[in-house]
Amino acid sequence: MQVQITHILSGATIRRERLMPTGGRIVARRGQQVNPADVVAEAIVRPEHLLLDISRGLGLPPSEVDHYIQRRAGDEVGEGDVIAGPVGIARRVVRTPRSGTVVIAGGGQVLLELEGVFTELKAGYTGVVADIIGDRGVVIEAVGSLIQGVWGNGKIHYGLLNILAHSPDEMVTHAMMDVSLRGSVVMGCYCEDERVLTSAEELPVRGMILASMDSALVPTAFSVSYPIMLVEGFGNLPMNQDAYNILTSSSMREVSVNAESWNRIANTRPEALVALPDGVLPKALTDSAAYTVGQTVRVVSPPYKGMIGTLTNLLPGLSILASGLRAQAAGVRLVNGDTVQVPLANLEIIG
Amino acid sequence: MPTSLIDADSVLAIEIGTVSTRVILFDVVEGRYRFLGQGVVPTTLGAPINDVSVGVKEALDQLHAITGRVMFNADGQFVVPSQPNGTGVDACVATVSVGPPLKVVAIGLLEDVSTDSAKNLASTTYAQVVETMSLNDRRDTVERLDTILQRRPDLIVVAGGIEGGAKGSVLNLLEAVGLACYLIPKEQRPEVLYAGNSELVKNVQESIGTLANLHIAPNVRQSYESEQLTPSQPALAQIFRLVRSRQIKGIEEVDQWTGNHLLPAATAFGRTIRYISKEYAHTHKGVMGIDVGASATTVASAFSGDLRLSIHPGLGLGENLPEILNQCPLADIMRWVPVDVSENYVRDYIQNKAVFPTSLPVTTDELAIEQAIACQAILLAVRQASKSYPPELPGSLPGLLPWFEPIIASGSVLTKAPSRSQTLMVILNGLQPTGVTTIALDRNNLAACLGATAGVTPLLTIQSLDATNFVNLCTVISPLGKAPIGTPILRIRLTSNDAIVSEMEVQNGDLTAINLAVGQTGTLHLTPLHRFDVGMGGLGRGGTVKVIGGMLGVVIDARGRPLRMQAEPSKRRELLNKWQEIVSSGQH
Repeated sequence: MQVQITHILSGATIRRERLMPTGGRIVARRGQQVNPADVVAEAIVRPEHLLLDISRGLGLPPSEVDHYIQRRAGDEVGEGDVIAGPVGIARRVVRTPRSGTVVIAGGGQVLLELEGVFTELKAGYTGVVADIIGDRGVVIEAVGSLIQGVWGNGKIHYGLLNILAHSPDEMVTHAMMDVSLRGSVVMGCYCEDERVLTSAEELPVRGMILASMDSALVPTAFSVSYPIMLVEGFGNLPMNQDAYNILTSSSMREVSVNAESWNRIANTRPEALVALPDGVLPKALTDSAAYTVGQTVRVVSPPYKGMIGTLTNLLPGLSILASGLRAQAAGVRLVNGDTVQVPLANLEIIG
Repeated sequence: MPTSLIDADSVLAIEIGTVSTRVILFDVVEGRYRFLGQGVVPTTLGAPINDVSVGVKEALDQLHAITGRVMFNADGQFVVPSQPNGTGVDACVATVSVGPPLKVVAIGLLEDVSTDSAKNLASTTYAQVVETMSLNDRRDTVERLDTILQRRPDLIVVAGGIEGGAKGSVLNLLEAVGLACYLIPKEQRPEVLYAGNSELVKNVQESIGTLANLHIAPNVRQSYESEQLTPSQPALAQIFRLVRSRQIKGIEEVDQWTGNHLLPAATAFGRTIRYISKEYAHTHKGVMGIDVGASATTVASAFSGDLRLSIHPGLGLGENLPEILNQCPLADIMRWVPVDVSENYVRDYIQNKAVFPTSLPVTTDELAIEQAIACQAILLAVRQASKSYPPELPGSLPGLLPWFEPIIASGSVLTKAPSRSQTLMVILNGLQPTGVTTIALDRNNLAACLGATAGVTPLLTIQSLDATNFVNLCTVISPLGKAPIGTPILRIRLTSNDAIVSEMEVQNGDLTAINLAVGQTGTLHLTPLHRFDVGMGGLGRGGTVKVIGGMLGVVIDARGRPLRMQAEPSKRRELLNKWQEIVSSGQH
């Protein structure tokens, strides 16, 4: 059985789709070198519409009106342009109250698409445009230290990495949020103080990478404008040593934080990509593997949640857990030296 | 080859769930359908595979190893019906619960009449109503159009106009739907289900039939007073099948194996409950099925064949789990937790479970939290489901469950619990049944699968609805009335083969278990005191009732309805643990 690998790697080459919610114009070209702030595509999203009752405007029955409509589907019109008429001695006309594009014209009515919100899609990563996806977006190939998280607040940004943590389990406090962090991506371990998130918004910071967070902060985390990524999950969980080492050795390097939600159907998950230190060669990524002895694994549920270890053996049949449930399990030697039994359902392969 | 008695000999049932994919092979052995074997693997919807048919084929490999049955020919084609060389099966059925809820826009004429009916119809499949529209909402056509374009629903359900009622208003509402479908690229257009005034069907087809993926169903609101959802469910199941085939790779292939009869698992579960309700019509009580799954909690209530299906994706125990915190305060979950953990810990557990939905509770504390969440999910789901019940059901009192016989529980959190007493406490606390009822456990989680097989071979369903698959947990008697705690409210004498097995007096507030061996029949003589109602036909009326011993004997639940929990946490935990011990004492 193949399972997805969670990547915590000091050097990796990744390919990521950057997509707009709707079709638009791709402004990047294949092979182009991009920085996270570079615009790769743009679109008008959430257009509004306006239905003009030409029949009423001209004072004619609907069946007689179409003949007087001057514009057809696809025509662009400006504010005040005549769209229908003139009719009669008074030369009655209907003018467009706002500029837009005619979508449908007929049956005595005209449907206008008004200008919506102009949106730019940024590259999000430093890398190369490897492919163009129709009119929706691009594929970026990027190289760096990769840390995949388990939860994100849906935002994306980049900046220089500023390390707040001095140990994998240190709590981020409100007092740590000073002006020196402005414009950077901050890395802390555990956060339980809502003021940390709101202060970071006020500074503002460009992103936050945490090991874990009190789940009571979820609504606030969604409300801030910068990305927040959790490496381990909710509750007071220390950051795993591998991720901690990579991040703390990357201070003041550029990091892209894509805190999109973990969607197993769309194949997205939150991740941070740190610009590669000199001398580190990226590895080719393997996305899946079957459980085998010797693999590095992480436990994803209590009582060993967040702990990294080595898979020592796959237990035959079903094992009885402390809760009394029966499940396929494996022996795992944790980094603290303890060997424990963990159901396969509660393990992630790290690589 | 099929026999004269049985339509299709071998039947393969496929279940694609959020966590697991299962294939089950049934065949006729000595004139009767038998379970021959099953294969179970994790569902392969997500990365790295992203194709559910891969998981199905892995499960079939397991099945092949167990039974030796080959399902594919040399070209790799699934073989149905079976060939003379033994390859393939005579029939294949499949159910699906995996995938995100369908995003639905519910449209009706009046907000609390037909719009509600459109919402209620949507709740009979895995769906989330993301927007409602009605004449009362004062939006014009363009505002409705823009809302639909922004919401990008998978399905638009249109109800409205009682039979012989409004016409123009319905067509006005449909104008926005037609425009939206025109503007959305063809491959992204939502399915549209019209279940309104049947006199308008032709007009609806003319106005939006060429623009929308239009489906027509019988009017859900034939009159102001009555709502009929069941006749529309086949159309809804068909839409679910189409949307899932588009959304999830591999569904279409499996659907073809079934002859395009793939069903939502909850619809199939409802079929089974409806069938059982016909068999139990003589009790004049409803039959309830409750299925607590990762994708949703499903409540199927059937009254002599009249099914009321209610599916709650927001109350599933998987990725959507945090949604339960939008439906109730955390304290409502905490009241069922029998271990000393903080609210923060439970909230963190809920969020972490959503991140890793397939993870299992390893410790007893985590198991207790998961069971408490299941209990609250059942309570909330049943509370919402009961709004659709017919009026004046036997035992019906405001805010309480009417009488059901039996209640069938399904879903891994219940069927795979380490002890049956844990399962029973989740059911009793979540459902809070009234009167006299039997609690049965669908221990192999076959109810949905049997609902699907009913479509091709009803005999398989009939023959499988037995005590092997549906184990009797216990008979529960829940007296209702008012008296101070500790007041004697019921005298009970249990006799078996004319010998007195047990005799006792039950006090108000008690939970009591009486030992009666599994399968042993007995007669309960009930004498209520203080005008308590024990479901024997009125206040203070007693009588006798035949019971069959379940795994947990006979349980008298005199804790009151609705169940009020101690406010003080340590006393509440003590009581929860005491109740658990009591029901364990009846265990065989």
